[in-house]
Amino acid sequence: MTDTATPTTTAKDWASDQEVRWCPGCGDYSILTAVRMLMPELGTTRENTVFLSGIGCAARFPYYMNSYGLHSIHGRAPAVATGLAVTRPDLDVWVVTGDGDALSIGGNHLIHALRRNVNITILLFNNQIYGLTKGQYSPTSEQGKVTKSTPFGSLETPFNPISLALGAEATFVARTHDMDRKHMQETFRRAHAHKGAAFVEIYQNCNVFNDGAFEKITSKDARPDQLIPLVHGQPIRFGADLQHGVVLDPDGRVRVVEVADVGESSLLVHDEKRDDPGLAFQLSRLARGPYEPTPIGVFRAVEHTEYGAAMSRQLLEANERKGPGDLTALLASGGTWTVEA
Amino acid sequence: MSTATEHPTIELDRVVIRFAGDSGDGMQLTGTQFNSVSSLFGNDTATLPDFPAEIRAPAGTLAGVSAFQVHISDHDILTPGDAPSVLVAMNPAALKSNGHFVPPGGTIIVNVDAFDERSLDKAGYTTNPLIDSSLAAYTVYEVPMTSLTMEVGKLAGVKPREAERSKNFFALGLLSWLYSRPTEPTLDWITARFAKTPQVLDANTRAFKAGFNFGETAELFESNYQVRPAVHAPGTYTNVTGNTALAWGLIAAAHQANLPIFLGSYPITPASDILHELAKHKEFGIRTFQAEDEIAGVGAAIGASFGGSLGITTTSGPGIDLKSESIGMAVSLELPLLVVDIQRGGPSTGLPTKTEQSDLLHAMYGRHGEAPVPIVAAMTPSHCFEAAMEAVRIAVTYRTPVFLLSDGYLANGSEPWRLPDVADLPELHVEFATEMNHTEADGTKSFWPYIRDENLARPWAVPGTPGLEHRIGGLEKEDGTGNISYDAENHERMVHLRAAKVAAIARSIPPLEVDDVDGVGGAPVLVLGWGSTYGAIAAGVRRVRARGLKMAHLQLVHLNPFPSDLGDILKAYDHVLVPEANLGQLSKMIRAEYLVDAKILSKVQGSPFRAAEIELAVLELLGVDSPSTTVADEEVAS
Repeated sequence: MTDTATPTTTAKDWASDQEVRWCPGCGDYSILTAVRMLMPELGTTRENTVFLSGIGCAARFPYYMNSYGLHSIHGRAPAVATGLAVTRPDLDVWVVTGDGDALSIGGNHLIHALRRNVNITILLFNNQIYGLTKGQYSPTSEQGKVTKSTPFGSLETPFNPISLALGAEATFVARTHDMDRKHMQETFRRAHAHKGAAFVEIYQNCNVFNDGAFEKITSKDARPDQLIPLVHGQPIRFGADLQHGVVLDPDGRVRVVEVADVGESSLLVHDEKRDDPGLAFQLSRLARGPYEPTPIGVFRAVEHTEYGAAMSRQLLEANERKGPGDLTALLASGGTWTVEA
Repeated sequence: MSTATEHPTIELDRVVIRFAGDSGDGMQLTGTQFNSVSSLFGNDTATLPDFPAEIRAPAGTLAGVSAFQVHISDHDILTPGDAPSVLVAMNPAALKSNGHFVPPGGTIIVNVDAFDERSLDKAGYTTNPLIDSSLAAYTVYEVPMTSLTMEVGKLAGVKPREAERSKNFFALGLLSWLYSRPTEPTLDWITARFAKTPQVLDANTRAFKAGFNFGETAELFESNYQVRPAVHAPGTYTNVTGNTALAWGLIAAAHQANLPIFLGSYPITPASDILHELAKHKEFGIRTFQAEDEIAGVGAAIGASFGGSLGITTTSGPGIDLKSESIGMAVSLELPLLVVDIQRGGPSTGLPTKTEQSDLLHAMYGRHGEAPVPIVAAMTPSHCFEAAMEAVRIAVTYRTPVFLLSDGYLANGSEPWRLPDVADLPELHVEFATEMNHTEADGTKSFWPYIRDENLARPWAVPGTPGLEHRIGGLEKEDGTGNISYDAENHERMVHLRAAKVAAIARSIPPLEVDDVDGVGGAPVLVLGWGSTYGAIAAGVRRVRARGLKMAHLQLVHLNPFPSDLGDILKAYDHVLVPEANLGQLSKMIRAEYLVDAKILSKVQGSPFRAAEIELAVLELLGVDSPSTTVADEEVAS
């Protein structure tokens, strides 16, 4: 499937007949719109597209797409998607998940799907809160977060989803946010084109239980100075006049600097194809939270063997070596004896 | 090597031999090969492996004893034997933990070299049982297996420590002589198995021959024995364990259904061998996925079923606990899914290597909400093949998860199996939906995923089919459209529909066959079994009948739904006795369903029932006073 085919569908074709029931003002709407509008451009068909999800607000996503869809159980979507993707390499398999679904109850499935490099595209809607259960802290909530279940503040260190995915050696890791449709679509387009597991964290506003969690970096005014676009092959720079930059210190850490202070040639040139995920991991640690300059875009995009393809190859090789399966021969494979009539 | 001429050969109709030694002594291998050669020779056979959960418990301890019981006979047999007539004990711990299985008058062959003070002490003997009078009731043969094996090991050029490891082949050789087993198949097997290590091959061959020759030439044994081949129905036979037969049944079923297998599984005793077997046969288009956990195993299988594969997951009790939520999802999604549970002792980690039948109620009720799942249980090792095919038939026909219950006893036990003709296997073909199935009010065609066929099954519409795009999930669905629905009356309708679909499976189950010589209701007692109790109950029937008494036997394969004629059959008997390796799970179900006073015969000792235990319980029910008078032959011919 190429991304350049002439669209044969419109965004409307990708909308199911089900009423969308997220809270008015939820960031999920803009993500849904971005995806619906992008699908025709991907040159794929509705029948060959499957959206899978677990449980949570984000997990309702498949019901709103006029493709095949499976709304599974809490945290298990990457596992269900693995079974589908490896048996049906002809399909585009998307997993829509949230911070609780993917990183708490389903953390195990997520990291294993990523390390196996299963051919699925994972969209993680990170709103740093449990929405569907009405406002408990999540594994990405900041320490000290006061919620219904943490009236005296959360005690836990939050997960950084990008760091986690890189730690699992995911071959495609990116971040985007719900306030920028164009950026979302570019990121999703690349994730979809990636062969293997693609992981996209989307900063998503929950206007009911955690309103404004990302406002400090994603609001129109804040973006130039707070979002650091990662562009492959380019020095990492940001700011209205590109006056800020990122350098790699001799001790292996990355740091935000003023370009004027260090000179352009000192800036770190982003290399998403670098096989060692270490530097990408450092970039993922640049911001301690969504309140200071934060990288967005593609952290890592490397080509490794895709799991399902490797599995199919083993089947093919067995077939070439042994010929197609023969039941009679199988039943006799343990040694037989014959009793004459 | 020729059969001894100086010893008389005595004919036996059957013998039960128990090989026992340290976990590292290779007793499973020895017993398996003794069984194989006996099967090839034409005996009827049945086996009972009995090994600890630890891979290698400290050597010489009771905890580390591993045993393998083989029953060989010249007539058809149904169990691995109630009690061994011969025990081979490779060390004091093996004698200590297995000696009591041998009835007085039995034979014990010991590796006398292992009975040193330290080993006796480790096994908890304060005095040497070979010297004190504690084994007076037995015929004891003391054979210096270790030292004789080490002698021939020198000739093979292996180091003394390595040479000692061949002593199980010495024991195998000795027993092969004692029971007049042909030697060529074993020698061939040793050659094939150790082809990659010529020195070990040589040492094992020499040890085997030394054991055989020892029996023939040493003046220890007065005679040797012969168990003639059994009269088997004409056909081609193989020896098969339950787990292998089950794996092959899945492959056969997928072949007959024209569906590719996807197995999502996490290693667990005693189910892992099914994963191993299926992983070998990629030429059948089988995809095996060793998942990160039990939940991922079943989840991936459901994903594969959604995509049009035959999704299977294999596990044991602890895995079922973890999979329960996903099985409930499959009930809601109404997709085919096979859940294979090789039961073992519980609760919790329980007894990983010991058999039990205690997951029946879990399979039946172990999910939240009203979530009916059909249940099929295998009766014997070879029946695992047929049971697997039946479970797949139900799963693909009714679009439902199905439980296939086996247990540790069937999984590792083996028996000769007359191979079916592949051409005669049942047809399981299933059609995927390709057409829209609903006309909207405005006349346009659409696809509704929850419109049902004559079996109440919904269409299996796989992704990639244009026009049938649909969304399903674990939320309650509107009847027909499959859209999310929280409507109260719709929910009640869907609960009833799912129940009715499973209940309707009974229509496809053939009439039950009751073993009652006078026809149904002829005997005063019906013994109702399920799963692996088949052999012990059938052997118990023979013993009761040998006394001139009457009893009937019915073995259930379908536990949910029950066959439709079961109620009438149960009501035709004064007494219904249900032997189970649990505290009475089937009997609870029977009582609840039919208001029949089903009596419980429970055993939870990690080992299968003995025929004598069934006999005794039936005699008690019949009011026979002296059950202590035992039938001469513990497993009589039918």
